[in-house]
Amino acid sequence: MRADRAGLPRLRGVLRIDRATYDAIVAHAKRDHPDEACGIVAGPEGSDTPTRMVEMINAAGSPTFYEFDSTELLDLYKQMWANDEEPVVIYHSHTATEAYPSRTDIQLASEPGAHYVLVSTREHGNNDGPVEFRSYRIVDDVVTEEEVAITESAETARSTT
Amino acid sequence: MAIEVRIPTILRTYTGGAKSVEASGGTLAALIDDLEARHPGIRERLLDGDDLRRFVNVYINDEDVRFIGSLEAELADGDQVVVLPAVAGG
Repeated sequence: MRADRAGLPRLRGVLRIDRATYDAIVAHAKRDHPDEACGIVAGPEGSDTPTRMVEMINAAGSPTFYEFDSTELLDLYKQMWANDEEPVVIYHSHTATEAYPSRTDIQLASEPGAHYVLVSTREHGNNDGPVEFRSYRIVDDVVTEEEVAITESAETARSTT
Repeated sequence: MAIEVRIPTILRTYTGGAKSVEASGGTLAALIDDLEARHPGIRERLLDGDDLRRFVNVYINDEDVRFIGSLEAELADGDQVVVLPAVAGG
């Protein structure tokens, strides 16, 4: 990672996400706390723009693990194929640890084109208050954090990319 | 016997980028053998020893094969097979 002149780490990639989707992911994570919440935000293929959020049930129902239900997973992918969409964001929450991919997250990451978003609810749980919201690429077991840029709408997210 | 197999993004390095390929076999195990012959290396990504990998989902005509016999699940001409890695983590 390069450092800029101020000596701060500079993140190479960027996730552009609209405010409403960002807020909805945070709300989902808070609602499901202390279990992990999970879901995706689909977007048009090749656009790198998350436009359609789909909350998924955590079939593991666990504070330390998440897994999409296999039948719902197939339904979700069939919808995306029919719409010429792809998973732009895959999100889940950590409820007792920081918003950084765990070893399991890294081993199981299987969408090299997706932004993996981690939200940590460890500080405020189900209550109001700030959360950690961070985004990563996970490719071949290598984690690269990226900047999160919040836009006012999905349209503006698209026009700036 | 031609069966269409949908390949997930992460395994398309084995299929020259193809999103779906054809293969044949009377059971899922035989189909995977045929896939391996056509796309060497792919079996290892689907199987752990003699079992399906825990975090790989395979569907035959929209049914998760774990409910219909796993590797012994039967296949017929025209069936559709979909491979999807689990979306999971800790």
